Amino acid sequence: MTRTVAASDYQVVIGLEVHAQLLTLTKIFCGCSTGFGGAPNSHVCPICLGLPGVLPALNARVVELAVKTGLALGCAIQPVSVFSRKNYFYPDLPKGYQISQYELPICLGGGLAITVDGREKFIRLTRIHMEEDAGKNLHDVAADGSSGVDLNRAGVPLLEIVSEPDLRSADEAVEYLKALRAILLALGVNDGNLEEGSFRCDANVSVMRKGATQYGTRAELKNMNSFRYLKQAVEYEVRRQVALVETGQPVVQETRLYDPARGETRSMRSKEEAHDYRYFPEPDLPPVRVGEALVARMRAEQPELPRARAARYQGSLGLSAQDAGVLVGDGGLADFFDAALSARGGGAEAAKKVANWLIGELSRLANETGLPPRAWKLTPARLAEVLGLLDAGTVNGAGAKLLVEELFRHGGDPAELVRRRGLAQVSDEGAIEAAVDAVLAASPAEVERHRSGKKDLTGFFVGQVMKALKGKGNPGVVNALLKKKLGGG
Amino acid sequence: MALTLDEVRRVAALARLKLSEEEERLFAEQLSAILDHVRELETLDVTGVPPMTHALAEGEAVALRPDALVPGLSPEEALGNAPAREGTCFKVPRIIE
Amino acid sequence: MTTANDAALTGLSLQAASLELQAGAISSRQLTEACLARIAATDGRVGAFLAVTGERALQQADRSDRRRAAGGALGPLDGVPLAVKDLFLTRGVPTTAGSRILEGFVPPYDATAVTRLEAAGAVLLGKLNLDEFAMGSSNEHSAYRPCRNPWDLTRTPGGSSGGSAAALSARQCFGTLGTDTGGSIRLPASFCGVVGLKPTYGRVSRYGVIAFASSLDQPGPLGRTTWDVAALLGAIAGPDPHDLTCAARPADDYLAALEGGARGLRIGVPREWFGGGLQPEVEARVREALTTYQRLGATLVEISLPHSRYGIAAYYLIATAEASANLARYDGVRFGLRAPGVRALQELYSESREQGFGAEPKRRIMLGTYALSAGYHDAYYLRAQKVRTLIRRDFDAAFGRCDVVAGPVAPGPAFKLGERTGDPLQMYLADIFTITCNLAALPGLSVPCGLARGLPVGLQLVGRPFDEATLLKAARALERELGPAPVPAALEAAP
Repeated sequence: MTRTVAASDYQVVIGLEVHAQLLTLTKIFCGCSTGFGGAPNSHVCPICLGLPGVLPALNARVVELAVKTGLALGCAIQPVSVFSRKNYFYPDLPKGYQISQYELPICLGGGLAITVDGREKFIRLTRIHMEEDAGKNLHDVAADGSSGVDLNRAGVPLLEIVSEPDLRSADEAVEYLKALRAILLALGVNDGNLEEGSFRCDANVSVMRKGATQYGTRAELKNMNSFRYLKQAVEYEVRRQVALVETGQPVVQETRLYDPARGETRSMRSKEEAHDYRYFPEPDLPPVRVGEALVARMRAEQPELPRARAARYQGSLGLSAQDAGVLVGDGGLADFFDAALSARGGGAEAAKKVANWLIGELSRLANETGLPPRAWKLTPARLAEVLGLLDAGTVNGAGAKLLVEELFRHGGDPAELVRRRGLAQVSDEGAIEAAVDAVLAASPAEVERHRSGKKDLTGFFVGQVMKALKGKGNPGVVNALLKKKLGGG
Repeated sequence: MALTLDEVRRVAALARLKLSEEEERLFAEQLSAILDHVRELETLDVTGVPPMTHALAEGEAVALRPDALVPGLSPEEALGNAPAREGTCFKVPRIIE
Repeated sequence: MTTANDAALTGLSLQAASLELQAGAISSRQLTEACLARIAATDGRVGAFLAVTGERALQQADRSDRRRAAGGALGPLDGVPLAVKDLFLTRGVPTTAGSRILEGFVPPYDATAVTRLEAAGAVLLGKLNLDEFAMGSSNEHSAYRPCRNPWDLTRTPGGSSGGSAAALSARQCFGTLGTDTGGSIRLPASFCGVVGLKPTYGRVSRYGVIAFASSLDQPGPLGRTTWDVAALLGAIAGPDPHDLTCAARPADDYLAALEGGARGLRIGVPREWFGGGLQPEVEARVREALTTYQRLGATLVEISLPHSRYGIAAYYLIATAEASANLARYDGVRFGLRAPGVRALQELYSESREQGFGAEPKRRIMLGTYALSAGYHDAYYLRAQKVRTLIRRDFDAAFGRCDVVAGPVAPGPAFKLGERTGDPLQMYLADIFTITCNLAALPGLSVPCGLARGLPVGLQLVGRPFDEATLLKAARALERELGPAPVPAALEAAP
């Protein structure tokens, strides 16, 4: 793979298959919890264990969420769709078949827009269908190297969202995946967690010479549980396939596993056995009928979708495309933004401030704690109050930062906290002047150097004054007084 | 229509049945006879006929299940019939991916 | 030891036993003990039971007696000893489906039909013999023991619910449940001289009944009289949230409609069911029954079911395809037989399934897997599903001109054990008259209509969807004319 190939002569063709776990309380065919955690086989019942005699009882909420998703993605909702059995043997598949949809899925068509390098592009969807997740095989559970089977995840509801092969680069694939994730988050149908696998994707990748009319043979890539890995896996795979074609070797149609440690994809030999899934309509489940009433109800539940929201943020609120993109990339962040801005009031200036706090300090805290906005102890209204205290000069920037962190971790009333923690800003000129005088008196050498013009030490003096004022000095007053005393620098 | 031994072996592999040689021969013969009988379906014109994939008529079905938790089995009950276990996992020979 | 008093008790119909209980003339314990004694005395020769749960039954009987003493009896089934095919899951009681692969399997839940019988106060005596996974027409494919016909112990009781019919014929209990995928209730009922009803697909919940072919399977009752069957159906029919293929409409009052008579009934007689291999004595009994109906004020209408002849072919593709998937869960991982000493995953599957399944399930898994596999799906499975539509349309057209369809259940009476085991196709042809009813998802019933060469013959009645009430009413009209069904003598001879 060291050889440099003329990648620019090739067209990359990518289609993504996304599996998104639906945020239901119970599994798709039984009343067991979909919750994570718990000992192996503690969220199971005869149905998801695939015991003899059981029948699947379809969860109505799964159908609702599939319709809700389909509407958001502009799909044609099918009035009649059919579950099928996909037959294969694997220990994590209790019945020996997966109940999925095959010939007649619940959603057809649709698509979503992405922006790459400032250009907008529409990526078409082939279909969306409902299916059950498999359980989990655990390796080396016993000293003899045996594997274990945990069926807690078996029967968790999934949507499989299949794109057309419309993506033309790893970056487009990543943008598509981010845009889709943001939509599912905004809809509240999925938690968007790539790492835990509740939002995961497989990529079908092929290359063809530019101008060719036929797609090349594709490989199916698995195991990319971050946006970065998706990009790396696709880029590696493109290099690999181009190198094969360049040297006249065939690309084999196969499943390849991405190895994040090596940044490579490798063939899954165990999966190479020819599959014959013997699909046929699931006789235990009548066709799924979606009436107009259900469609209307799900239409009424449609939230503002990320792209529309970002356009609004940029248009009427004047946020940058970058900031708007970050906010809508995560449904909870944008909701928090809207609520905080509404509580604070004001126009573009206020919006910019709220956005800065969310994208800066609060995102840092959220990353550190792993808490989504919904779980923060700081509410949008409290953030608005903090911004009010800042604008009124009650606290300075450093004080506001302390306040936000305190509220994020423990909650409470900002004004009360300011009093209790003594965070009020010192704006009294007398007190500040005393501090300035003390600092200048204690640092004659620095004053001399500054005045001689050898070096601008304003920053140093501000720091010292602020330290003397325990960080609470009003920066404007401090600067003005220093300027006056140092004689304009 | 004669089913070859190779076809019998291919189908047995798909169905995860390890047939004895005698069973392979017997099934090749018996399944061939049954498939011969089944061929009479080919004499029917089924153009435009929809397949009857579900036996319950439209409109007879009950409502779908509401998304509400139902108590399941404890791990001990779940593993009550397990031929082999390790902790609360079903134990199987090493799975090679 | 069976006493004369016991014999009098076990010879009662379910209806009569129920009336005796209600009158306080006997206790459920007495009835249950009589049945257990009868089973002990006869089942060594019959083989109707795979498991007898005597102690559990006596506890249920005592509870019933206490309920009744307290004035809280639950209904006609309270305290009545029954038994179910060993395809119905029974919590805490081993359930085998007649297969080695489920030897020792103890279900953690009850089938809905079992729950409903117990809720009605019934006493469950045990689990009844069957063809392995309900695959067979003679009960000879049971992995555990053969079941014999009480009318002639050298003959088959029919299958697959052989034990369910033989136990009634042998007076071992008062009612049973079976399942019918291609004739598995009606054929044994006919061979053993009892009444058996396959309800409309979706009339009785399949939850907890081990699946053979999901779009064809239907649990149903067997009894010695139409009243008994009507009472049992009333107890088990109706919607079940666990089974989405079970209809939402409530069960009818089958007992209330039972004595309505045959006057004005239009009986369709399909010409396709009276040719080919139908044995003359059987045809004679069926024709006599039709004449009886005419005498009772019914009219006979000649009808045609032109696609009947394709039934067996369509059935053996659809049923085996579904079975091949339904039987995939028997993989030695979570329950059931696991081949000892296996070291690799593929061996675990193929060895366990090879050792656990008998010849018939293997044959059907092979056929079904083949019919679904790449390249053959459209030619076999899909085409069979289309033929199924044509068969249903035949019936829909016929029901424009008649209220029930009548004909034989089987071409002949019970055949000899061993006669057809070597030729699966010949065995499959025993279902030639019963199979279209399953394909069309309609209710069908077998009611005794006399003897042929000393063996029982059943008349088959097929009805409109969910019109079990008319079938039972029509069967009752014939039963009233023919008098009580004769009792087999074979068992009463010295063992």
